[in-house]
Amino acid sequence: MNQAIRHSWVAAVAMFALLFGAISFVQVVGADDLKTNPLNQRAILQNYCNDRGAIIVGGTPVAESAETNSETCKFQRTYPQPELYAGITGYFSKNYGATGLEQAMGAELAGNSDQLFLDRVGQLFLGNQPKGASVELTIDPQIQQLAYSLIPDGQRGSIVVTNPKTGAILAMASKPSYNPNLAATQDAAAESANMNELVKVPGINLNQNVSGPTGELLAPGSVFKLVDTAAALASGKYNKDSVLPNPAEMPFDGIQYKLPNYAGGNCYTKDTAGFAFALQQSCNTPFASIALDLGRDAIAAQYKKFGFGEDVGGQLKLGHAQGNGFPDNLDAPGLAQSAIGQKDVRVTPLQVNMMTNAIANGGVQMAPSLVKTLRAPDLRVIDEPQPAQLRTSTSPEIAKQITEWMTSVVTDGIAKGAAVPGVQVAGKTGTAELGNGTNNSWFTGFAPADNPKVSVTIVVEGVDIYAGAKLTSPNAKKIFEAVLNK
Amino acid sequence: MSQASNTPKPRRNVELVLLVLALAVGIGANMLVGVDQEKAFDSDFWFQSSLLAVAALVFHGVLRFRAKYADPVILPIVVALNGLGLAMIHRLDAPGEDTGNNQLRWTLIAMAVAMAVVFFLKDHRILRRFTFISLAASALLLILPLVPGISAGEILGARVWIRLGPMTFQPGEVAKITLAIFFAGYLSSNRDLILLAGRKIGPLQFPRFKDMGPMITAWLVSIGVLIFQRDLGSSVLFFGLFIVMIYVATSRISWVVIGLALLLGGGFVAAQVFSHVQQRVYGWLNAFSPDVYENGSRQVIEGLFGMANGGLVGTGLGQGRPDLVPFANSDMIIASLGEELGLIGLFAVVLFYLLLFTRGFRAALGTRDAFGKMLACGLSFAIALQCFVVIGGVTRLIPLTGLTTPFLAAGGSSLLANWIIVGLLLLISHAARGPVDTTPLPPAGAAAANGIDTPTEAVKQA
Repeated sequence: MNQAIRHSWVAAVAMFALLFGAISFVQVVGADDLKTNPLNQRAILQNYCNDRGAIIVGGTPVAESAETNSETCKFQRTYPQPELYAGITGYFSKNYGATGLEQAMGAELAGNSDQLFLDRVGQLFLGNQPKGASVELTIDPQIQQLAYSLIPDGQRGSIVVTNPKTGAILAMASKPSYNPNLAATQDAAAESANMNELVKVPGINLNQNVSGPTGELLAPGSVFKLVDTAAALASGKYNKDSVLPNPAEMPFDGIQYKLPNYAGGNCYTKDTAGFAFALQQSCNTPFASIALDLGRDAIAAQYKKFGFGEDVGGQLKLGHAQGNGFPDNLDAPGLAQSAIGQKDVRVTPLQVNMMTNAIANGGVQMAPSLVKTLRAPDLRVIDEPQPAQLRTSTSPEIAKQITEWMTSVVTDGIAKGAAVPGVQVAGKTGTAELGNGTNNSWFTGFAPADNPKVSVTIVVEGVDIYAGAKLTSPNAKKIFEAVLNK
Repeated sequence: MSQASNTPKPRRNVELVLLVLALAVGIGANMLVGVDQEKAFDSDFWFQSSLLAVAALVFHGVLRFRAKYADPVILPIVVALNGLGLAMIHRLDAPGEDTGNNQLRWTLIAMAVAMAVVFFLKDHRILRRFTFISLAASALLLILPLVPGISAGEILGARVWIRLGPMTFQPGEVAKITLAIFFAGYLSSNRDLILLAGRKIGPLQFPRFKDMGPMITAWLVSIGVLIFQRDLGSSVLFFGLFIVMIYVATSRISWVVIGLALLLGGGFVAAQVFSHVQQRVYGWLNAFSPDVYENGSRQVIEGLFGMANGGLVGTGLGQGRPDLVPFANSDMIIASLGEELGLIGLFAVVLFYLLLFTRGFRAALGTRDAFGKMLACGLSFAIALQCFVVIGGVTRLIPLTGLTTPFLAAGGSSLLANWIIVGLLLLISHAARGPVDTTPLPPAGAAAANGIDTPTEAVKQA
């Protein structure tokens, strides 16, 4: 009888061995398959409904998780100033995923990043509700507000304001914007209806994780002449006193097309020009002739050195477009047009700002950064990204020389609107023709010229010359004043 | 046997230490689930914790007084499991729900009944006098849910509930005890007959057809439960219980072969004939197909997702989402524990069960009377089989059935029945580990009181 009892026990233990195997399979071996099963809503719910970290600007959250009354989903993502920061925060949606920093900093905000490992262990033992880290941005709320308000409603455009010495982004605004709260609602039907409406709004590309300033690739127009200038000086074939040909039209062999000079300024007054005059009046033919003289590769090399078509470094976090290298296989008219930022040259507003910063910062380009600190739920700083050099774009001497000329563009040239009384401002405008009678109007510059504290890049899209002139340099002045008077 | 060479030791102090540890597990878990809701140390917590602690310590006192040689591990294991169950049920209570306190109430009632069993029964052998009364009681308990007026009707596809005033009760839970008593009593009296008569076919000796009576009875009961109550789990449990007990009584593997053949045959026919069995099996095999998910397998699949989410170390108590699983505090409480305590925690829980039934089998080995051996073995195996059916169902090892997880799941009938089993196992282990009681059992069942198959051990010990 005892033998039979022992056998029964063995049978019972055998059943339990199967249980141990089954549990191991479910919880460890096959767990990943279960987690990725399409029927499994847990990952989304867990992320979506947990107390996610806030995105903070100047001490105030611009994205935060608020407690709800719902039993199944205890937290709701809200954006207190939705349109103003939509391009930076992006949205965090239950069914449509995340964009912007919500996506890029997703692991930190959800509390899953490695830096929070010890906090998670603590939660395990203390039984606290899991909380994510908060992300504090380099953005200055007043400047952001100003920049956003300087783009008229209904006007497409972007403004980037940075510190050239650190790469810290002080403001990054664009219109049109949208309300990310519409994408973050817990009501699935409302969420889907809202998203169907949002995708119809022209100019906000919800599906590509990029916003205007970092994501939109635009023809740079005359701001590109800074590339030509740097390439010319770097080649050794030109110096500050070089005299450049400045015909009203540049002819090409065998074709009818002639590259015209900029009609609005005073270019027509001279047949030859120094760099200062050519930049002040933004004449086209001097820079086209430089490009034809140096060749495509020299321009392409300088283009690359300024960071166009290149990596922006790991500090930006935000999704961004990189663009391509300088166009290849160009005929002479193509190269001439490309050298004045037309044809197929496409860059983002942020990249133009980075070029400006390299000139402002003695030739050294800093990595643009958006995250000031990463804080654990107890507000302890767990990460504080330091300013990082991204690349050397040009020599200090060339940078200094270009700064000098850019300063004269504001004092004596067509960017007079950007002048700030008592402060030396360096700047360059651009007008890229879109072929339909409208232009992309640019301003990029920094101040004070001798000790740069702020750089501003503005682009407004699809405007005529006059609207463009009104919305660029004068607005840059307002931003320079606001930052420098702080 | 080891204790034969030593003077019997009560080991009650060991039990007290283990009991304190067990209470720390249950109460600590209850505290952790409260931290999340910022009510860690409210009056409810102290009230619940102290009641559980007092009840456990009183039980300990009863053992010191009435069954001082009882196995010192059984009570702490059960207290730890029950405490963990209470904590998880409390954790899953939505605001306004009071399943936690209800479970505590039933825990206290069940412990009181188990203490009464130990206190008043004193000797498990007395139960042998109730062999046929137990059979009648089993029949009654199994038929009750089908009687109009008393039946609580079909709940979640099974007719296993009765209504007693405001409460519902699952008599089948208690029936497994009465059935075990009947089988133990009947088999210990008739095992010689069953053993000696029979025809040998090959290596297996088969019983005479007329000795197959109880086997047929058990089979009919199981199939009846399956057909009329639609309760696949209980059906398997009752039949498994019977097979083990008849195997222990006869030591003949042939009974197991016949039993399994009957079980598989009955199961196969049932699967062909009854749609609810078909659905169960189809839902089990195709659980992940979306339309099956919508119409039946959602419960088990959500449970699996929860356990996968828990992974190796779990999310921590109060931090997972076991509330996404239907019946998270009853049928699926294993998945809830798996999610929040992880593989490690769930292994610990399953090891508790393994330890518990092992101590039961140990009592069966140690006790000297055949009735006690069979009863302890049957009850222990019933616990093991019930865990297997439940946990196997939750992990999709086998189709999910409606059995409860002993001591953990929310539900009064299950707690009551399982605590009575604990009381019985404690009594049997007291007899097994204590000094040999040579005084015959007064009147009634005296003749069969002496161990039938273990004279050599009795001699050694004497």
